[in-house]
Amino acid sequence: MNMPMPNLQPLMPEILFLCFALIIMILELFLKSKETVGLLVIVAVAATAYLFPQSFGTTFSGMFISDGYSSFFKFVFLLNLTLTILISIRYIQIERAEFGEYYTILMFSTLGMMIMASAGDLIVLYLGLELMALSTYILAAFIRHDARSTEASLKYFLLGAFSSAILLYGIMLIYGLAGTTDIMKLSALLLKSNMKLQTLFAIVMVTVAFGFKIALVPFHMWAPDVYEGAPTSITAFMSVGPKAAGFAVIGRVFLTGFEGFTPDWRLLLIVLSIATMAIGNILAIQQQNLKRMLAYSSVAHAGYAVLGVIAGGSEGLSSMMNYLLIYAFMNIGAFSIIILLRNEQERIETLEQIRGLAKNHPFTSALMLIFMFSLTGIPPTAGFIGKFFIFRSLVYAGYAWLAVVAVVFSVISAFFYLRVVMYMYMYEPSETAEQALAPSAPLGLALFITAVMVILIGLYPEPFISFARVVTG
Amino acid sequence: MVELFFIYFAIMIVFCSVMVVIGKNPVHSVLWMLVMFFHVAGVYLMLNAEFLAATQIIVYAGAILVLFLFVIMLLNLRDEIVSEHSVDGWPAGLAIALGFLIVSVLSLVGFTVKATGPWSIEEVSRVTHTKALGGVLYTEYLLPFEVASLILLVAIVGAVVLAKKRLKS
Repeated sequence: MNMPMPNLQPLMPEILFLCFALIIMILELFLKSKETVGLLVIVAVAATAYLFPQSFGTTFSGMFISDGYSSFFKFVFLLNLTLTILISIRYIQIERAEFGEYYTILMFSTLGMMIMASAGDLIVLYLGLELMALSTYILAAFIRHDARSTEASLKYFLLGAFSSAILLYGIMLIYGLAGTTDIMKLSALLLKSNMKLQTLFAIVMVTVAFGFKIALVPFHMWAPDVYEGAPTSITAFMSVGPKAAGFAVIGRVFLTGFEGFTPDWRLLLIVLSIATMAIGNILAIQQQNLKRMLAYSSVAHAGYAVLGVIAGGSEGLSSMMNYLLIYAFMNIGAFSIIILLRNEQERIETLEQIRGLAKNHPFTSALMLIFMFSLTGIPPTAGFIGKFFIFRSLVYAGYAWLAVVAVVFSVISAFFYLRVVMYMYMYEPSETAEQALAPSAPLGLALFITAVMVILIGLYPEPFISFARVVTG
Repeated sequence: MVELFFIYFAIMIVFCSVMVVIGKNPVHSVLWMLVMFFHVAGVYLMLNAEFLAATQIIVYAGAILVLFLFVIMLLNLRDEIVSEHSVDGWPAGLAIALGFLIVSVLSLVGFTVKATGPWSIEEVSRVTHTKALGGVLYTEYLLPFEVASLILLVAIVGAVVLAKKRLKS
């Protein structure tokens, strides 16, 4: 049995990234200072990103596709990894969880996401998803002496395993009906099998499984507990990376693999997105804990991003991709502030604890204000641009009523985002609260990047919009 | 004849699975699971998949089951044997499971029964299953195979990290 050497060119970024991850894993044993390990990962990220433009192509008989679409998502994953590492360096020292493996597992998780974004075959997709998820379960448990962290990890693991099983059932049904797992050939073969009901059943299962990953209502139950319990840096990582990876595969599988059933899955996604925006925004109102509030907000934002998939086409996809890029900046920015507020003695995570923060730390409060405005979608921040293009693509696709619904929920969300601002600016600080910060240079850099990008995209969105539009073709 | 064997295996698998779930004693449940694994291996044998049958027994009956027994030993479950074995809300779960079953059965009629591609049943039994599987795994499915190895690596590293000593300072 002979096999010609497969064309590895499209895989080169992943291979390089993997080599870096393995080398860093070994090197880390000899490096006393874990900051250096973090720095090495950022070097790996830069080298990998450099290879993207030359990597376009399809290889392993269509199992791996490197195109503009996947490269855009990989760029978001690498950005997410870089920002996570910047905010982690000091934080994991404070939490006494400073193991070098932290960085390598982050890399493996990112590699899993990259494989997902490029998957042209359902088996590769599933394996990439497992690589990403397994690494995230470990990271969620990283503060092992903290019961909340361990509990969060276990919950995430059990529900994640459950959703993986459902995904496998879905893939099994699709393989039975179409006789292939190749996403590109799926649509025609599924239509040819002439089994509408059965195909819809498979689509529902796949939707459920992906819904778990991106935390769509009603599959969001794990999100608040896991986001609250996991180390804050990992919460930031999880709320952007796996979510974006989930959207990358939804974009590919639904718009290409299930193309022949667009009206059906579109209806399903419309129902899910309305439920997600409603439950996410309304439950966030009651939350006193900032991490929990951001968890529900993250659920709600998944609902907005799904609208881009519903709109479909190049316009819808590019607005969804832009939304995720913008979301990465503003969400990691908000989590960076929570990390900044975590000092050696105490966690500052509740609304009560940030009462009057602006009196003690005006600059930190101002940054939080920017991120909260952006998450609400108030101009001139990036959040407004993200939502604007999503809603515009919806209107163009003929779903003006859905855009109106989304705007209404967006207005509701202003209540809990702006309440954070109100607590910081309009109340006097309580005398017992210390509110000491734990600043560090990398964290400062992360805050700088996120805040500047949130403002920059808000004021001058043109290059980002056209970039996403070009890569979706 | 083959159908007869299949019916036997199918009934036994379903029966054992039910026994695993309704058993009050965890050790009994694990032993029922062992019986079930052997019957699943039997189904694989009927499908000309002798390699899968062997790995099924080595991996599941050998390794995973021992792991289960270890966990039960460590938990020292003697007191919990008499505890309630069904959780609240089981009727809803049963309804969903039954609905799932009905739709699954409906889906079966749509399945392509014949093997597609070059690997027909005759071809597999001519080349032998182990060789055919190895050939496909290392050529056509090389990429997924390599990704699977990364998942195992992460699992090992993760197990070590989570079992490490706590950091001082």
